[in-house]
Amino acid sequence: MELVILKTDALFFILIASLLAYIFYASKKEHLARPWRSVLKKPMAASALTILAFYLTVAILDSIHFHPEIEGTSSDTPVYSSQVVSLLDEVLKPINKNTETTYSAPFAIYSYSKESQESDTGQIIRDYPRLIHAGSHLSGISEVRSDLIMRSLSALGYWIFAMAILCLILISLRVVKLKLMVADWLNLSTFFRPSPAQAAVITFAAVCLSISLVATVGPYYHILGTDKVGNDVLFQGIKGIRTGLLIGTLTTLIMLPFAVVLGVAAGYFRGWVDDAIQYLYTTLSSIPGVLLIAAAALMLEVFMTNNAGDFESVTARADLRFLCLCLILGVTAWTGLCRYLRAETLKLKESNYIEASRAFGVLSWSTISQHVLPNLMHIVMISIVLDFSGLVLAEAALTYIDIGVDPSMESWGNMINGARLELAREPVVWWSLFTAFLFMFVLVLAANVFGDSVRDAFDPRIRELD
Amino acid sequence: MSSYLTRRILYAFPILIGVNFITFVLFFVVNSPDDMARVHLGNRYVTEDSISNWKSERGYDKPLFIALNSTGKKVFTETIFFDKTVRLFTFDFGQSDSGRDISYDISERMWPSLFISLPVLCLGLLFTLSLALLIAFFRGTYIDSSAVILCVSMMSISGLFYIIGGQYLLSKLLQIVPISGFDDGIASIKFLILPILIGVIGGLGHGTRWYRTIFLEEIHRDYVRTARAKGLSEKGVLYQHVLRNALIPIVTGVVALLPSLFLGSLITEAFFGIPGLGSYTIDAIQSQDFAIVRAMVFLGSVLYILGLILTDVAYTLVDPRIRL
Repeated sequence: MELVILKTDALFFILIASLLAYIFYASKKEHLARPWRSVLKKPMAASALTILAFYLTVAILDSIHFHPEIEGTSSDTPVYSSQVVSLLDEVLKPINKNTETTYSAPFAIYSYSKESQESDTGQIIRDYPRLIHAGSHLSGISEVRSDLIMRSLSALGYWIFAMAILCLILISLRVVKLKLMVADWLNLSTFFRPSPAQAAVITFAAVCLSISLVATVGPYYHILGTDKVGNDVLFQGIKGIRTGLLIGTLTTLIMLPFAVVLGVAAGYFRGWVDDAIQYLYTTLSSIPGVLLIAAAALMLEVFMTNNAGDFESVTARADLRFLCLCLILGVTAWTGLCRYLRAETLKLKESNYIEASRAFGVLSWSTISQHVLPNLMHIVMISIVLDFSGLVLAEAALTYIDIGVDPSMESWGNMINGARLELAREPVVWWSLFTAFLFMFVLVLAANVFGDSVRDAFDPRIRELD
Repeated sequence: MSSYLTRRILYAFPILIGVNFITFVLFFVVNSPDDMARVHLGNRYVTEDSISNWKSERGYDKPLFIALNSTGKKVFTETIFFDKTVRLFTFDFGQSDSGRDISYDISERMWPSLFISLPVLCLGLLFTLSLALLIAFFRGTYIDSSAVILCVSMMSISGLFYIIGGQYLLSKLLQIVPISGFDDGIASIKFLILPILIGVIGGLGHGTRWYRTIFLEEIHRDYVRTARAKGLSEKGVLYQHVLRNALIPIVTGVVALLPSLFLGSLITEAFFGIPGLGSYTIDAIQSQDFAIVRAMVFLGSVLYILGLILTDVAYTLVDPRIRL
């Protein structure tokens, strides 16, 4: 295989690297580590963080792209396909490859619509055809139920086995003590009030159970049905994770430098710098955000049509459009944070320690990096986590009015867009909408819960109230 | 007060010029007036003559920002940018690129948008405020914590699902109201019920939680403790003191929204086929009608700035401690 690094992949890996660097840095500094510990003191937040970590893992797997090798060619040097696939595609191959011809309901073994087909006696009859990849090992619909139960039970068995192995490893590494663990879990008085660690473990176990179910049932059935052209809906939902997560994080990565540099500069230097920066953000924020995004989308559309030859694949094209969407969302999003940072810097500049630092003749640059920036970090942190969920939701809405991500890219917005008219069918095709709803809801809910906890821990005003 | 208002209004001019400049740059950085003419005339059988005709009719035959072949002041005044910007400031939106009168279209389409956004705002405020007050009354109990969880869950659902779910439930299954469309006069009510209902429900989670925070912040103040110490009932404290004081941030927040109500909501109008200003803008963007886009961006910015000024005025009215 030949690695391909798309632009968004590169940015995403930079983001993850800086996240790791931050975690390493924060663990050394008590004033940063303390609020983070209090974030994780809430069971809800611990469980939300587990779910976010799972989504992040999927997004990372989906961000390692490569050209797969074409096997069975005669030449000595390996030949690579022009297609771009990700590691996640390879992992999910058992689900991904099972395409049908059209819609099929979850766990169905017959197609959604009737087709003309030849019977054994040579007559042409119109009936629901059997699906090619779902339940093909069964002789009829009566066996579906017992087959599903058997497979679920085996999934449960694998799951218990895996959990037991994990426990053994943890105990042998002396991370947990068996006696304490059993005592904790059997204590009925805390049954409905799990500790943060227990909440995280329960969530982790639940995630593992669903993975185990998908792994054992998925290759034999379409767990969440298929879409109009017969692609597995569950697979699309999982692929949408990368898009959703990236739009929430890359947008922040892009806007953060602008907001911080300009906000601090305006508040610290005052005078004409302040005037210019205030003018800039008032102007930008007075343009209705959707119009700005729409105008930029239109601009990009024209640019891509004029330079169609520059893109080597559909994926690269979709990737650039996605990056531009993040960019323009960032342009509309930075003004709010910039305003906050400016106001906070104004306040900080009046404080004694900044005055002392200036009186000693310390350079503005060092004063800012030593005294101002560390005192602004909580605002940045809060705004990152609180903006995230709004951005994930915005993607779906923008894609619906055709100014969001490229139609060829798997995203929840595109799933909703493609499926919303199908509610008018009889029987109703609900599974695409349901899948998009499920994946989006879980991500946004986890982000909201986690964000609230971060805000409570970092906001000094709230800390005083406690 | 009056000097403050004059200063704010004068300050709006450079901002609006900047807004218009950004619109121009965004539109013309990839498009040229020639491209626009071709799109509008249809790509086939377009001669150079018809393009230059189209451009001179709509005033696109001048240079964009700087007229290099002119002298003196005319370097800046003989340009498309100057010409169009001056017209916008007199609220003369002129004709759209397809030949319709924009001011007339806006005055027609403003009403459907307003019919939806105004009831959504009023009903939404009524419901969210009463719910938030109720939750504040039960603060610290299981009712409070489960209500907050419910609010966060409602916030986590995309607005698209509220719309799709509402249309499916009320229009398709129960067949109470039509799925989408619009009508004149009193007949429009049946088309409006669903969008208004969904607008209110969609905003319930966020609004309730936000107002709850405001109420709780007020409840921890000293004057509330004093009121309790004097022996006032919990109901009296909440209605007479907490609600009134909490209204300051709430009223000023709502006032900032008022002007933009005219613009309507893009998504709602697109889903329900309502001929308001939101769908007007989307149509204009999709058909590359620059005159309409420019007018709508300008109008949006004017209303936004108006909202900011109104907020400051509202502050002085509801809170006598603040003077401008």
